[in-house]
Amino acid sequence: MSAAPDHTPTFARLSLADRLSLSAPYLLVPALVAIGFLVIGAPSSWLTLTVSGLAMGMMIFIMASGLTLVFGLMDIINFGHGAFISLGAFMGVSVLFWLSSWTGAPSLVLNVAAVLLAILAAMVFTGAIGWAFERVIVRPVYGSHLKQILITVGGLIVLEQAIHVVWGAEEIYLNRPEALRGSITFGNSALERYRILAVVIGLAIFVAMRLVLRRTKIGLIVRAGVQNGEMVEALGYRLKLVFIGVFIAGSALAGLGGVMWALYEQVITAGMGESMMILIFIVVIIGGLGSIEGAFIGAILVGLLQNYVAFLEPKVALISNIGLMTAILLWRPQGMMPVVKAK
Amino acid sequence: MSEPILALDGVVTDIGQYHILKGVSFEVPRGQVTMLLGRNGVGKTTTLRTIMGLWPARAGRILLDGEDIARAPVSNRAGQGVGFVPEDMGIFSDLTVEENMILAARSGPLDGARRDWLFAAFPPLRTFWRSEAGNLSGGQKQMLSIARAMAEERRLYLIDEPTKGLAPAIVSTMVGALRELKAQGASILMVEQNFSVARALGDRVVVMDDGVVVWTGTMAELAADTARQERLMGLSVEAH
Repeated sequence: MSAAPDHTPTFARLSLADRLSLSAPYLLVPALVAIGFLVIGAPSSWLTLTVSGLAMGMMIFIMASGLTLVFGLMDIINFGHGAFISLGAFMGVSVLFWLSSWTGAPSLVLNVAAVLLAILAAMVFTGAIGWAFERVIVRPVYGSHLKQILITVGGLIVLEQAIHVVWGAEEIYLNRPEALRGSITFGNSALERYRILAVVIGLAIFVAMRLVLRRTKIGLIVRAGVQNGEMVEALGYRLKLVFIGVFIAGSALAGLGGVMWALYEQVITAGMGESMMILIFIVVIIGGLGSIEGAFIGAILVGLLQNYVAFLEPKVALISNIGLMTAILLWRPQGMMPVVKAK
Repeated sequence: MSEPILALDGVVTDIGQYHILKGVSFEVPRGQVTMLLGRNGVGKTTTLRTIMGLWPARAGRILLDGEDIARAPVSNRAGQGVGFVPEDMGIFSDLTVEENMILAARSGPLDGARRDWLFAAFPPLRTFWRSEAGNLSGGQKQMLSIARAMAEERRLYLIDEPTKGLAPAIVSTMVGALRELKAQGASILMVEQNFSVARALGDRVVVMDDGVVVWTGTMAELAADTARQERLMGLSVEAH
């Protein structure tokens, strides 16, 4: 066989500025935390707000992760995603009410078991609804963003009205299970137990998603499909099945996020998912379309900023995340770590 | 003569409002390299993409080992052993070289002996095995694209302009690797604009013009007839 040319090409050594630019998104979180510490002053308030921001960020990440994958892999703008959050919350809360003897018992095992069952039921339910939603609503409008927006908004309205029919139009209040109520004291800071649990679950979901995407063949197919779906098919993989799987997984994650948000807010309404969609879209856009890592960092930034600003200047909190999105898009118009380019 | 590995029979392909293939018919013999030649824009790439299923054939039959695959999904055609190297290389730039190869080995883990053979054919793949494919040079990306098609034994290889835009030294590497593949008895249908490369590899030739096949024959026949080359493909003696 003829040998390749006798050369051993190497990559150029990146300058410090280039390396900083590459890792800049990862540095934004510690930078924001440090700025928060300097501006807030009181370490106990700062720690409480930081944990609260991280918890909020993790829950937003869980809700946004499915949407960014669907966006990236399938080029689908799904405004109906918010309905999956609401449906997950209602199904999860129904299970928690049904298991009220477990949630009311002073037993960590029973409390956690009830929450896990609620999460499982919500994920199975929203995954199944997601499967039907993809078949009936999304499949006819592949390739047309305008039609996707119109029909998925219609699907959102239908699902919200279905919630009214099944669970009633009134908001439903709930109490967290016994073991997840109250706070633990760390120094002078009061850290809510539930928020710590939310951080742990969010991190676990992020690590699990990274492992699946980076270490498994199905993850490879998804990552490759985000970049060049045609070539994935040409290599022999049925991308449509992967699409459906990702849509179901994204819907199930929205359901999980819905249960967690319900336990966080302790009140649920049919419109709760819809009202979260602005934050979720901000996270998907600033993270970069199709990027799980970008959504993770974006969600943490949104959660931290919202909590810090709400403490320092409550009136500004409403626009802080829009400001964050504007700043990041001025810096990186495609978002922090885009996997697919915005069209 | 044995049954051809691939036969096209009156294949018609439209892209939007344009009629690109207007009834393409030819055969690809088993175990040989068939060069698909012609001027720019005559439908060569569309022919490969139609065989692969990336453009739907509006009419006609595409017979792979006698089975009509003209309506089969893209993934089924790949699953039946058709390997494809697209003109734009189709590299997954955010994945590493290794991950690109893992994906290409559809039926299981990448065979060690085959990987070593590919490393010998394309040494930069070993050097940059764990690097993101997007960081490779154009020639290295083309090597990866071809190596990906070779990651498993295929019944038929469809290769679209493997030497396009490459430096002469890299072209010789490509030709060497493709000769090795040919020596193993592979059936290949290749689009190639560089006639000296086509002559070095091709056994048979199919020439297209304006969406139809205008000449088929052996490479020896075409190589010996410069007037025919000029007439069919606009080639001149000076060009090669």
